[in-house]
Amino acid sequence: MLLANLLGRLTLNDFPHNPITAGAGVGIVLGGLMVVGLLFYFKKWTWLWREWLTTVDPKKIGVMYLIVAILMLLRGVVDAGMLRLQQATSVGSSHGFIDANQFQQIFSAHGSIMIFFVAMGLMFAIINLILPLQIGSRDVAFPFMNATSFWLYCAGALLINMPLVIGEFSAAGWLAYPPLSETAYSPGVGVDYWIWSLQIAGIGSLLSGVNFLVTIFKLRAPGMTPMKMPLFVWSIIGAMVLVIFAFPILTITLALLALDRTLGMHFFTAGAGGNAMMYVNLIWAWGHPEVYILILPAFGIFSEIVSTFSSKRLFGYTSMVWAIIAITFLSFSVWLHHFFTMGAGPNVNAYFGVMTMIIAIPTGVKVFNWLFTMYRGRIRFSVPMMWFLGFVVTFTIGGVAGVLMAVPPADFQLHNSLFLVAHFHTMIIGGVVFGYFAGLTYWFPKVFGFKLNERLGKYAFWSWLVGFVLAFVPLYILGIMGATRRMDHYEASLGWQGLFIVAGVGVLIIMLGIGFLILQLLISIKDRKHHLETTGDPWGGRTLEWSTTSPAPFYNFAIIPQADQRDAYWASKHATKPSVKPHYQAFNMPKNTPFGMFIAGAALTFGFAAVWHILWLAIVALIGLIGLIIMRTTYDDSEYTVSVDDIERLEAQSKERFA
Amino acid sequence: MNEDVLSVESSVKSKQLELAADDKTIFGFWVYLMTDVVLFATLFATFAVLRNNSFGGPTGGQLFSLPYVLVETLILLTSSFTVGLAILAAHQQSKAQVLFWFGVTFLLGLAFLSMEVSEFRHLVIDGNSWRRSGFLSAYFTLVGTHGLHITVGLIWMAVSFGLIIKRGLGRAVIRRLTLLSLFWHFLDIIWIFIFTIVYLIGAAKG
Amino acid sequence: MRTKLNTDKPNITNYVMGYGLSLALTLAAYSLIRIHLNSIHTIPSDSILYYLLAVLAIVQLLVQLVFFIHLNRETKPRLNIMVALFAGLVVVVIVFGSLWIMSNLNNHGMTPDQTNNFIIKDEGIHY
Repeated sequence: MLLANLLGRLTLNDFPHNPITAGAGVGIVLGGLMVVGLLFYFKKWTWLWREWLTTVDPKKIGVMYLIVAILMLLRGVVDAGMLRLQQATSVGSSHGFIDANQFQQIFSAHGSIMIFFVAMGLMFAIINLILPLQIGSRDVAFPFMNATSFWLYCAGALLINMPLVIGEFSAAGWLAYPPLSETAYSPGVGVDYWIWSLQIAGIGSLLSGVNFLVTIFKLRAPGMTPMKMPLFVWSIIGAMVLVIFAFPILTITLALLALDRTLGMHFFTAGAGGNAMMYVNLIWAWGHPEVYILILPAFGIFSEIVSTFSSKRLFGYTSMVWAIIAITFLSFSVWLHHFFTMGAGPNVNAYFGVMTMIIAIPTGVKVFNWLFTMYRGRIRFSVPMMWFLGFVVTFTIGGVAGVLMAVPPADFQLHNSLFLVAHFHTMIIGGVVFGYFAGLTYWFPKVFGFKLNERLGKYAFWSWLVGFVLAFVPLYILGIMGATRRMDHYEASLGWQGLFIVAGVGVLIIMLGIGFLILQLLISIKDRKHHLETTGDPWGGRTLEWSTTSPAPFYNFAIIPQADQRDAYWASKHATKPSVKPHYQAFNMPKNTPFGMFIAGAALTFGFAAVWHILWLAIVALIGLIGLIIMRTTYDDSEYTVSVDDIERLEAQSKERFA
Repeated sequence: MNEDVLSVESSVKSKQLELAADDKTIFGFWVYLMTDVVLFATLFATFAVLRNNSFGGPTGGQLFSLPYVLVETLILLTSSFTVGLAILAAHQQSKAQVLFWFGVTFLLGLAFLSMEVSEFRHLVIDGNSWRRSGFLSAYFTLVGTHGLHITVGLIWMAVSFGLIIKRGLGRAVIRRLTLLSLFWHFLDIIWIFIFTIVYLIGAAKG
Repeated sequence: MRTKLNTDKPNITNYVMGYGLSLALTLAAYSLIRIHLNSIHTIPSDSILYYLLAVLAIVQLLVQLVFFIHLNRETKPRLNIMVALFAGLVVVVIVFGSLWIMSNLNNHGMTPDQTNNFIIKDEGIHY
């Protein structure tokens, strides 16, 4: 009895039984133990604590986001491989190698991880690494909150992987529609893991949204008025405005589902006055802005890359800005297109169909402006530019597939078919992933001080592009032929297996692409001394981040630059400047702190306790959380001064290193 | 002479830094409040959609006592007024007045919360808990979330008490008190809509 | 670009006026409902009643924004107002959008009671 109270509904039976999850869980635990062991062996704990775990430097936080996002990408793509393998082999009398329940958990995990932890993670990584530099600031507006956001993201990532070690995951899809996700039909811990992982990571995202918005509005270099900001910064404004207005909807919707499951409420239950359709409505009111949150920064990255690698300033700056603003506003007016078939009348469906078609227009404006930028430019086909070209073709085709589905009668045929799956993967892979890979390749030298191997980068790009085409064109065809999504088995007479096998090969080639990316990273690190980036400006950039050393010092700028023109760095490097002895002034920087980690630890504990119904632990975690927050918010000694002497010394050191 | 210039320069600079910190923090808090507005909007939307789903149980009009809710409303409104007086006193640097008015605000907030808890208790005892119907789930969650925010505000007020006593009314403390007052005003504004939509319109529909 | 929220020169008139007006608006809304109920839902009629209550609530919102939070036309930077307006827009879209969509769905779906009966019959699940 005492044990039941102590452990909630956790029992020994909840450790995994089947070889796949058990293997994965054991692998993760062993991998973690190995890292811990290495840290002990090389006596690196103090270094890790001081340089990474307690840091509030966004450049370091960005690197940490990157590491976690890449690890989650590996998990997500393995999930994808298993889904493809099952669908390629589970035909007729064969039932593949996993059962229906496992299949459902795998596609639920795949989607949740890719959206919340890979895409959002890569996005926040790039913003952290580059945004302060691009606006000429030393830091973000709220450095401690920034660190906390990262650790909350980590807590979410841990929670979503925990089902591999203990318990099970949700089998209700990446959005967990009720009534399936209600207790009556999903009585286990799976959906609860899903809820709390997303809830905790979501709070982190919301705080980041506030943080980056305030950063852009309040910390820009003098002279950088709004219409002089780089397009990347504008795209972050759009994305963060969407974050702050959309994520509260997710917070509430997840909370309402949790209340249904834990406290027996009836928001979305099938009966007792619940309305499951309200969940679908609310989750997509968040879900649609979410996909624009993911794509806008990619658009911003491409604007920077196209201009740099065409050696030409961006065509149509003003219309690009208005396109971002339009997309931001319109994001909130299209969400019903995700559930045309839920039963609304023709007026409602028509309205949202029309709005969906309208929102494609500003995106079209952007594509044309990128192409016009390239026209008559001196184009260098470096790896970032190739990602852009791959994007332009892929995203445009996938986008028109979306406009096709914006027509409600067409959508009635294609909703929840593999055509839909192909469309949104085209958007996410061709748009978001290609964009973030382009950005990472482009800014890698700035962050790490050496360039990536170009040849391996091109192999990676071609593998991704070819792999993507092979993996998803068959799905477009299958969708039109009537194949539904999320099938773990189908009849041989349908004749679909061939296409599924092609799709499977495509995923293998994508995995090859990931292999090339990892190889590229390893080889570039090994050969870094031969590819050092010492100028600060390896690509002939136009924006302020290229005016610092590579990597930038922890304070970014010894003297905050004056940014009086668009493409501020381009203007300044081509102007003849009288040589002036720099006049330094002391400034404050934030101190390191472990509180971000502690707060996330309390949140993680609460999440775990909520999943397993361990009441005492939940209360302890909550009290701890409140205590930590009170302690940190009443703390007034969070900054230290970098004196003029310090600045002179550090600047001299870096000049020496980069002379 | 140079030292005087330097010290004036550095005190002007640090005042600029303080103003910039105020500016950035207050704006950031305002943006957070906007997210809280959307949070409540979602709860209102859910309540509105589920307003008739009483599943054979009692509806709002049958459950709520309007005079009781009016008293709650007036208490909260008055506390919004008194928190404003507390901020005025803070700008005038009168510590005793600040503590007094925050104390009054706290007591009013506590009274509001007690009345709300009592209302909830009676509903639950009568069998009309959040488990009874979609309508009641929505009611308890919307009003309960507001109550949770009030509770956070009260804890914040208690901590602020300690801060004022220990550190006096320096710039950083006043900045924090400003955030608290913004939060408290915002909660009264949300209550206007709860009062109108949940209670008044609920009663009108019967 | 300084934020002037709550850092206007301290002014007790603002707070007293805000309090007085809010009090009046609250009591007005309350009286309206009392009259409506006492006259057995006839005066004012249901539809006018909702509009009146909405107006009273929105006016009180504006009163409190202006007098308690000091958000007015001269507030600098204008960013605060723009963010608030966008938030207002999102609120309207979510609330009225959801109401429109969900009531439209009822054109085709079962009512909650019908759903509940179906569930009990089909799945044998009771609450």
